[in-house]
Amino acid sequence: MAKLTIEDLKKIKERVMAETSLREGQKRVKVTVHMGTCGIASGAKEVLDALMREIEESGATDIMVTTSGCMGLCSREPLVTVEIAGQEPIKYEYMNPNKMRQVFKRHILAGEIQTPFVLARGAEKTK
Amino acid sequence: MIELAHHILDIGENSLRAGAKNILIEVKEDETNGFLVMEITDDGYGMTEKELKRALDPFYTTKKVRSVGLGLPMLAEAAERTGGSFHLESKPGKGTKVTARMGLKHLDRQPLGDVGGALTALIIASPTTRFIYRHISGKGAFEMDTEKIEKEVEGLPLNEPEILNFIREYVNSHVKELSPEV
Repeated sequence: MAKLTIEDLKKIKERVMAETSLREGQKRVKVTVHMGTCGIASGAKEVLDALMREIEESGATDIMVTTSGCMGLCSREPLVTVEIAGQEPIKYEYMNPNKMRQVFKRHILAGEIQTPFVLARGAEKTK
Repeated sequence: MIELAHHILDIGENSLRAGAKNILIEVKEDETNGFLVMEITDDGYGMTEKELKRALDPFYTTKKVRSVGLGLPMLAEAAERTGGSFHLESKPGKGTKVTARMGLKHLDRQPLGDVGGALTALIIASPTTRFIYRHISGKGAFEMDTEKIEKEVEGLPLNEPEILNFIREYVNSHVKELSPEV
């Protein structure tokens, strides 16, 4: 691996600035990778890595990625929530990089919910 | 946890949940004494004396969604099984410092792994928090400070995929040069 320097960042900055100026501000999709201890130990970081690579390769600019803590369903980790604007959130369970790539291409980009991986639909309710 | 980078991510997530605005992550290779020292210092809410006493109890957590808290006990166990030690310091309102000392050449020590990836996952979680990663080995020292990166990119958010990718490769390429076998 060639050692990167801050000079490399300057080149990236110019490119990203040019791309950013062409975009509209709104994000169409929010993807949350649950990153509690249970999620990390089950491979959530690798799921997040796969998602970020897919976003970069596809050039999609309307997707917001975030992480959250454990939601109490440790045995179903890694968990990923996909929220497309105007639709109910979908929670995917037992995720791995391959499933994440599939969810990205088929659900996030094409709008087809990947039912075999779905844990729940809708937002969580708190007491 | 498969690699130490996972522990860094996990403890860093704790710091973020504690409202930290500045998180310093240091990895030091002490070849003379045969230790790898990992320190994570934050300026979050900190813990009370009572919380601090129970922090290493796997059946204690401040969370309501589950009854176990495994992050710190797992790191303590990872350090102790390599002939090392674990130390936790915390003051309410001041922050927390986690120190794990591990046997550098011990067979059971996890590899450092994708520390650049762990840092980018933390930046995704909180792009406005300042993260400093410092790596020191017999070959030299390296520091990545998100405040400096922010100045370089002049207002672009750090969670842009290309910038995150740069940070990841920037950190990993320097760490690899300083500690090729860690």
